[in-house]
Amino acid sequence: MHSHAHKIFRQSLCIVLAALLSFAASANEVSREQIKGLDEQVQDIKKDVLNLSTELAMLEEKLLFPSNTQVSLFVSMHKGDDFRLDSMQLKLNEKVVAQHLYSFRELEALQSGGVQRLYLGNIKTGDHELVVSYSGKAPAGGEYKRSGSYRVTKDVGPKFIEIKIAGPESTEQDIQFRDW
Amino acid sequence: MSLRFSIAALLLLPLFAHGSVRPHQEMRDIFYGEILYHAYQHDYFEAISHLDIELGQYYALDEPDLDSLHWHRGQAEFAVGDLELYYRMHQRAGRAIETVLGKNVAESERNEAAFRLARLYYRKQDYVNALHAIELIKGEVPKKIRSDEAFMRAQIYVSVGKFNDAITILKQLKGNDTYRGYIEYNLAMAYLQTAQTELAVAMLDELGKLNSGDEAVLALKDKGNLKLANYYVDAGDAEQAAKYFSRIRLDGPFSNKALLGAGWVAVAQQRYDRALVPWSLLHEREQTNISVQEAMMAVPFAYSKLNVHGKAAIMYGKAMDVFASEIDSLDASIKSIREGRFLTALVSEQADQDKNWVVNLRKLPDSPETRYIMELLAAHDFQESLKNYKDLADLRQHLTTWLDSLAVYEDIIELRRQYYEPLLPQVEKKFKKLDSRIRLRIEQRDRLNERIQSLLVLRRPVYLATANERADLDRLVKIKLALEANPNLATEETLYRVERLSGVLDWRIKSEFDDRLTAAYKNLKDLDGVIDDLNKQYRAFVRTRQAATQSYEGYTIPIQQLRTHLRDTQVKLKGIMARQGRVLEQMAINELDKRRKRLEEYQIKARFALAESYDRATKEQEKKLLEQSAITPEKTANTKTETAVTETSATAATTTANAEEEATP
Repeated sequence: MHSHAHKIFRQSLCIVLAALLSFAASANEVSREQIKGLDEQVQDIKKDVLNLSTELAMLEEKLLFPSNTQVSLFVSMHKGDDFRLDSMQLKLNEKVVAQHLYSFRELEALQSGGVQRLYLGNIKTGDHELVVSYSGKAPAGGEYKRSGSYRVTKDVGPKFIEIKIAGPESTEQDIQFRDW
Repeated sequence: MSLRFSIAALLLLPLFAHGSVRPHQEMRDIFYGEILYHAYQHDYFEAISHLDIELGQYYALDEPDLDSLHWHRGQAEFAVGDLELYYRMHQRAGRAIETVLGKNVAESERNEAAFRLARLYYRKQDYVNALHAIELIKGEVPKKIRSDEAFMRAQIYVSVGKFNDAITILKQLKGNDTYRGYIEYNLAMAYLQTAQTELAVAMLDELGKLNSGDEAVLALKDKGNLKLANYYVDAGDAEQAAKYFSRIRLDGPFSNKALLGAGWVAVAQQRYDRALVPWSLLHEREQTNISVQEAMMAVPFAYSKLNVHGKAAIMYGKAMDVFASEIDSLDASIKSIREGRFLTALVSEQADQDKNWVVNLRKLPDSPETRYIMELLAAHDFQESLKNYKDLADLRQHLTTWLDSLAVYEDIIELRRQYYEPLLPQVEKKFKKLDSRIRLRIEQRDRLNERIQSLLVLRRPVYLATANERADLDRLVKIKLALEANPNLATEETLYRVERLSGVLDWRIKSEFDDRLTAAYKNLKDLDGVIDDLNKQYRAFVRTRQAATQSYEGYTIPIQQLRTHLRDTQVKLKGIMARQGRVLEQMAINELDKRRKRLEEYQIKARFALAESYDRATKEQEKKLLEQSAITPEKTANTKTETAVTETSATAATTTANAEEEATP
């Protein structure tokens, strides 16, 4: 059904394509084997770097945060809480030890059940006062701020404290602390 | 144009909906929660690194069941494979899943592992192993992966040529919302492969009428309509072809092809004026697109068919200008890639800003090299290579940071050594004194305890006599000895008094023995408390001393070893990254070169067409002038002057405009 002119036009395009194909064949093509081989090398190096990361993390913990002084403060949210957390501040013994502004991705990770280690540091054995303050936007609009305190009793072993926060529409307590 | 079938066309699948690293249960291990936090942000390197540490520590425990990770063990073992898969470590991911399969686990867990393994092989385009893995699934499939498993099975069957089995599964899956659109498309392709053309056409027609707000499904719908339109073009049914071309959205990913195709359908019907409608629209679009570039040639072609040769000539001229400019741009792009700018753009901060960095690469300013590689960017091999390169750049950054950190650690260690070493000998001296004092007290307490214990067995009241009583007893013994030595002094009264005093003392010591024993026991307990306090101080002292020593001792060799490993890895990574970069550059250059050659051919074609159009336009004009001169000879001289001027391209445009007015229906 194509017209004669159209055929000529399309034929000329075919010639172009043929020329392209002949060119492509002579060009420095990248083979699938080459791609596959490189991919395997990349996987190997990823494995090596991950192993190094593990070794380094253990060295760091031993050197910088030995268990007798280590304290970790984790932040989490109740699943399904659609409170828009903007910022969080942690004070240990009246000194600000951590401040954080949340990106959308971080907030989404918290709302999905992820737990953020917001502070990793060292404290002496004994009692310490932890003050948590956070602010954000309520789902219905408007600013929402809360703060709470907790007595951290540091013993010989490392200390892990979870700070679970809730938004204005949650039925849960504003801030719950848990010793792990 | 034929309705071609390819296996690649069947590999259409939605973005994986099964969130396998999502927690299915209450969080009972804070560190697993931290791993999820990284995983949810697509920070797979951190997630895998943390998970490796957690699982390593878990397996090293004597009683792992007492560890809180125990509650998430199954999930964590699956997560290893999933995270490694997301991080494109397919080899390790496969091994992790095979480990789960090799264990004596519940049927549902085993089926889930087999499904994941099949998915892994499928993504690596290893269809035979994918089939082997999916056929390991026996019994009931866990509900959460049931539809995913069925769809995956159908895709694998298609890939290995078991089309009828695939059709059976896809028909059963029809109505599933997760795979809406994908089922119809794949089913149509499977029908085609089994020569059931009518069913395939009906299925594509059904897909082409789907209502959805999902952009991916809408794109698939457009693709289905495009397939059908091309099918009818091939079958010689221009009306049907036009109908399906018109169903395709004007702002979708297939709109350019649809506009081009719609124009060719009109040309096939010799309705060149109608062909100009979609082509003119296409003509105004992004000039780097293949369809748009073809439209630049097609529009003047249609004008020439409408005998508007002047307009056609102008448009061929413009097309030639565009092609020349684009060829220059391509040359600049190839040069810039060879100079390494392409790879720099890939790892730039702007490319890092969001997860769609590959797509947004095209938006980078002053990066002409990315404009022509849209299709290449969408290709699986290129994308994988690109992501690998990006990952390698991240790893390179990690290694550099870690090497810097090691230098800082050494400084810290040296500072600690300088601080603690002078202090430790004095502390050690004090510690030894305290140590010997504590040991002495403990020995004394032990002796006392032994005595009290022996008194409980053998009653010896005199052991609990007070110091005064002991002195009195001693004095009375001395008096008795003196009286025996000097009997003259031993009067009856004196002897009586001595006996009386001895009796009183004896009575008191014996009668108060029980109370005294109780009091002694209580005192011993109090002493235990004091000794406990001393022991606590002792242990705290030991810990502090140990912590001080350990804060700077025992790091030299591990740090040296780590530094060596880091440097070795850095060298290895540099080599792989260079090779990966060269592959990417070569792929991009090949693509650009291909486009350049095509443009050169278009340019040659346009040059001939332009000459032909000028020729015809001039002939038309001469013919017209001759006709006019025959009617009004007195005007001929003026017209001849004008004709002479038409030799320039500018005047040709005026002439064309006149001609166009006459020829346009």
